[in-house]
Amino acid sequence: MPLLTFKGGIHPEEGKEISKHKAIVKYKPSGDIVLPVSQHIGAPATPVVNVGDRVLRGQLIASANGFVSANIHSSVSGIVKAIEPRKTFTGAMVESIIIENDQEYEEVPVTDFRKPEEMTAEEKIELIKNAGVVGMGGACFPTHVKLSPKNPEKIEYVIVNGSECEPYLTSDYRRMVENPELVIEGLRIMLSLFPNAKGIIAIEDNKHDVVYKFHKLLKKDPLISVKELYTKYPQGGERQLIYALTKKKVNSSMLPADVGCIVDNVDTVVAIYDAVVNKKPLTNRIVTVTGDNVYSPYNYNVPIGTLYIDLIQESGSFINEPKKVISGGPMMGFAMEDCYVPIQKGSSAILAMSKDDATCEETECINCGKCVSACPERLLPTLLAKAASNHETNKFVKLNGLECIECGCCTYICPAKKNLAQTIKTKKKEVIASRRKK
Amino acid sequence: MDKKIMNVSSNPHVRSEVSTQGIMFDVLIALVPAAFFGVFNFGLRALLLIATCMITCILSEFVFERLTKRKNTIFDLSAAVTGLLLALNLPAEFPVWMAVIGSVFAIIVVKQLFGGIGQNFMNPALAARCFLLLSFGTRMTTFVYDGVTSATPLAVIKNGGTYELKAMFLGTTGGTIGETCVPAILAGALFLLFRRVISLRIPLTYIITFVVFIVLFTDIKFDYVTIACELCGGGLMLGAFFMATDYVTSPITPAGKIWYGIILGLLTGLFRFYGPNAEGVSYAIIIGNLLVPIIEKFTVPYAFGREKERFFGRLFAKRKKDKEVKA
Repeated sequence: MPLLTFKGGIHPEEGKEISKHKAIVKYKPSGDIVLPVSQHIGAPATPVVNVGDRVLRGQLIASANGFVSANIHSSVSGIVKAIEPRKTFTGAMVESIIIENDQEYEEVPVTDFRKPEEMTAEEKIELIKNAGVVGMGGACFPTHVKLSPKNPEKIEYVIVNGSECEPYLTSDYRRMVENPELVIEGLRIMLSLFPNAKGIIAIEDNKHDVVYKFHKLLKKDPLISVKELYTKYPQGGERQLIYALTKKKVNSSMLPADVGCIVDNVDTVVAIYDAVVNKKPLTNRIVTVTGDNVYSPYNYNVPIGTLYIDLIQESGSFINEPKKVISGGPMMGFAMEDCYVPIQKGSSAILAMSKDDATCEETECINCGKCVSACPERLLPTLLAKAASNHETNKFVKLNGLECIECGCCTYICPAKKNLAQTIKTKKKEVIASRRKK
Repeated sequence: MDKKIMNVSSNPHVRSEVSTQGIMFDVLIALVPAAFFGVFNFGLRALLLIATCMITCILSEFVFERLTKRKNTIFDLSAAVTGLLLALNLPAEFPVWMAVIGSVFAIIVVKQLFGGIGQNFMNPALAARCFLLLSFGTRMTTFVYDGVTSATPLAVIKNGGTYELKAMFLGTTGGTIGETCVPAILAGALFLLFRRVISLRIPLTYIITFVVFIVLFTDIKFDYVTIACELCGGGLMLGAFFMATDYVTSPITPAGKIWYGIILGLLTGLFRFYGPNAEGVSYAIIIGNLLVPIIEKFTVPYAFGREKERFFGRLFAKRKKDKEVKA
């Protein structure tokens, strides 16, 4: 049987070998912790602590502001040193709570001993909401919102996204190698929220060992199946993943729930497990430190709010002066000005590169159409980019510019080295912003 | 570590190895078998023409860009490809000075005056060929083979004669330098397909449409030997695989490529069987080039997840939205 996949896409150099076999190491930072109040899509959280307060690990320090928002918890114990704007990995200044780490890691005692079986769906979602769980694949959409669709009985599939199609990243892979049972249990909790749903664990075929492991653990589970996907970028994109697994198509004006699907990243599912079973908020995540410019690549379990620089120094610093340091993967990650920024809920990797492909010279478009065949959304990137740079908004919208998922395939494949994705992305944001104004 | 500011840029941060220069180099390699056979078949005169056209094309690009203070683009090899293609479209006995005029026309008039690489709306090599056909008609249609001036196989067939299929397939006939040997052209085309420089969409629909045209609208009907002769003869193979697939002057949309192939097939049939000449590939492709913008306009693909709007259009989508709002 041919492997499940979608049309289009690209095959960038994987680079996963660098950190694939490195077991997850718990990292305990010694320096200050910086926790931005906006680590998710939606309204920023409101700080509920004051400067000088002592906080414990797992204590709520900023509470969700509205439904589409998420709580923030302290990931260490210590004194709140300041609440001030700090730079994040996108380069933006965001109000942050800075905690002086006393290195005792004193935790908030657990007082709730209910078992998941004794809880109703609403209570479980409440726990997930309180724990501040967001999508940890990078988009950071609050998970409790995702888990509360209009008609829970219409959800057919709950998909665990273990495809990890971004090159270099291995955090999800390590999670699945080391804690597959947590992933399965997390998925069972999610399934208990939807009466008619079946679970799918989707993994790309470059992680065949994990597929085998899940097969062995699940045997012939009536509810959960493991599906192997063809290794291709952006296989882990929500719309592409849903299409590959169910042949249902989601466009920009729909949510996955509209076609009866809920998709969550592996690490998110584990966070759901922690929130519902252990009653623990989201304070740690797995971060891959990798790239051709780090001495010892590793997968770390890191308290959120640790500065990138601490983690880099932990792994033996850079080999040479890096040309580029990226938060996330090379396809969708953010290039950082410097490494004095905190790790957030959605930061899956630090990637240090000794060369910067993006500095190459742009030439004229030769209309080769490689971007067209690479586009997973079946758009015409080169025409969109032309319309965008000519400020032809109507043409841009007519050419379905708003469907762009910003995966970057077009820029990657372009022989003229044009930065198509950037041009399209910028125009798309402009159009959406001007619509919102109306 | 000091707080040195590093490179920042928008995602993605990696790029593929493909470059314009690499693609053009692949095309040059793919044309080597045809060119090599041309020299073997027609003698060193062919080599002289190939060299003349390539050098003139590169030089005129260089000089023009120097004079107009533009970025030098001769290293993207597109001018070299134009030169080689033009030479392969000339008869071996063609005067050198005329070839020079053709090359200058291709680069300066067709390509550079419209904005250089990527901006020309016609294939420069073919436009130059048509220009030469109109200017020096007799010299462009005088084909010498084995020291004898003779009509091309296609002209023989057009006038009711027959021609040996094997010779037409192998290319041991009169014709332009690069168009006669089908195996050499197909070898180059296979290389381009393998390197994913071209896809089969345009060439295949072109050739199939042309065959269908022969069956439906000409007296040849199902005479497969003559059909095979029509396919091997003239510039059809070279045109279908190397000129109709030219990136700049062919549609970018997947469906547009199919329509473009169909249009080329129909035009070629029309020109070959209903026109005064035995050959029509160059004119068909040139006219096809002119239709590209309109083809692209009508073949914008439906975005992923938007296919339902195909049949009912925006109206349907709007109604559905209204219903949702009411509900």
